[in-house]
Amino acid sequence: MSTLALRDVGIVAARELRPLLRSPFSLIFGMIQPLVFLALFGPLLVGSLRGQDNGLGSNVWQWFVPAILVMTTLFGTSTVGANLLGEFITGAHERMLVTPLARHALLVGRALKEMVPLAGQAVIVVLVMLPFGFDLYPTGALLGLALLAVFGVGLGSLSYALAVAVRRNDWMFWVVQQTLLFPLMILSGMLLPLETGPEWMRVASHFNPLAHMVTAERLLFAGTVDDRAVLWGAIAAAATAIIGLAVGIRAMRRST
Amino acid sequence: MIQTRALTKDFVVNRKTTVHAVRGISLDIAPGELVAVLGPNGAGKTTTLRMLTTLIAPTSGTATVAGHDVTTAAAEVRRRIGYVGQGNGAGHIHRAGDELRTQGRIYGLDRRAAARRTDELLEALDLTEQRDRKVSDLSGGQRRRLDVAIGLVHAPRLLFLDEPSTGLDPQNRANLWQHILRMREEHRMTIVLTTHYLDEADTMAERVVVVDHGEVIADDTARALKAKLAGDRLILTGDLPLLAKAAAALPSARDLTETADTVEVRVSDGPAALPELIASVPGAVRTAEIQRPTLDDVFLSLTGRNLREHA
Repeated sequence: MSTLALRDVGIVAARELRPLLRSPFSLIFGMIQPLVFLALFGPLLVGSLRGQDNGLGSNVWQWFVPAILVMTTLFGTSTVGANLLGEFITGAHERMLVTPLARHALLVGRALKEMVPLAGQAVIVVLVMLPFGFDLYPTGALLGLALLAVFGVGLGSLSYALAVAVRRNDWMFWVVQQTLLFPLMILSGMLLPLETGPEWMRVASHFNPLAHMVTAERLLFAGTVDDRAVLWGAIAAAATAIIGLAVGIRAMRRST
Repeated sequence: MIQTRALTKDFVVNRKTTVHAVRGISLDIAPGELVAVLGPNGAGKTTTLRMLTTLIAPTSGTATVAGHDVTTAAAEVRRRIGYVGQGNGAGHIHRAGDELRTQGRIYGLDRRAAARRTDELLEALDLTEQRDRKVSDLSGGQRRRLDVAIGLVHAPRLLFLDEPSTGLDPQNRANLWQHILRMREEHRMTIVLTTHYLDEADTMAERVVVVDHGEVIADDTARALKAKLAGDRLILTGDLPLLAKAAAALPSARDLTETADTVEVRVSDGPAALPELIASVPGAVRTAEIQRPTLDDVFLSLTGRNLREHA
């Protein structure tokens, strides 16, 4: 990538970040969903999983908080295509296309920006949970955040690609996003352990990158770094990012 | 500044249907011209503009814009042209000043130069007070001026305006044009605009290119088009049967229509034809009116259809 293209990526990312910086409240509102889940779903989980062996001891928060971080990533980045759809409708995206900006920078800049709100939200969730007995293992947690960022860039790119694909029928965006979101989420063992589910669900989860992410994040946030499952999580994140960027850049080049 | 040769664009809708949106447009536009492309919706105006601005690739033919080919040197073309599309160039969740600065950065200005250029343009387009407001909170007229400011960020020599004043009230239209014309003078810009406002093409453009069904059907000054293609319209009341006969007998009479209380006829030279008609049927004319032609009449005489019905 030439220095010129890097400059373009920077310009696009800076443009995307500015509204967030101008009104940080939007970031805080983005936090409501994971916190509601933690507040409402968490106690139920504590009740139903108490005494069960879930591989991580008896602290359910240790099991649930990493999953909430993955969920925040999932909800946060799979919806960003809607912003691009908005710019298709108003004409702002067309305006970008008539400028000399490198075409791939239009995607990469947007995708890289996703890391910033993600990291911010993850840090807040962890901080909120510390007083409730959530143990922090700094190395694992940092690696976990890095993994989430890479995964988020990939998922965000795919969301942008979806936006480009459905730009002439924009209602399709939510249909596709919602249709994919819930099976992926449930088959990742994010909210309820798959260990108690039927065999086919466990088999299906092996093909779900999100499931590998959830497993890896749980291990990392428990301080376990050198585990095969962590490696699988890293592979899932990297593969999502590579495929996402490739598909997204291709879509962006054809986005008129 | 612009040369196109047999430029075409087909849109494949499905296996059976292909829409020929532009069917061979050849156009030469010299530096400094102000050209309006006029035509009904679906005539191919916007498609042509989108090809000239590198947004879509031509199906066949060539187009050289600002010295570079739109297909083989799109990046060079993009650096040199300004473009104000039908939509809003500024993102609605952004602040007006931020969007201008971003655009300045895109065209290679450093931070300081981009900030300075932003101030200049906000000032020039009467938007200084809107700098820190969100684009979605601006009025229609302010937003459109911001679009123009964005199109001018790199002081291009060639500016494309796609229906610049659609949706604006007359006051805001006049105001927008005041700004555009002043910027044109300052930068000696070539301007190409599309419009379906007849009076806009008539009063603003020095040259009018009429497009219909993807082809150029007329290309001249508004005055010449009207004189050559339309002529004046006489509207008469009085002894209608007698008037109709007399009107039909005029040498250049065409498009004779009779309504419940008028006879209307089109003639080449209204001021000469009217006395002639009055003299030929003494006492039959009660009132007479000469209507000077509009570009709508030009379109009507070219296509047999009314521009407004489609606009």
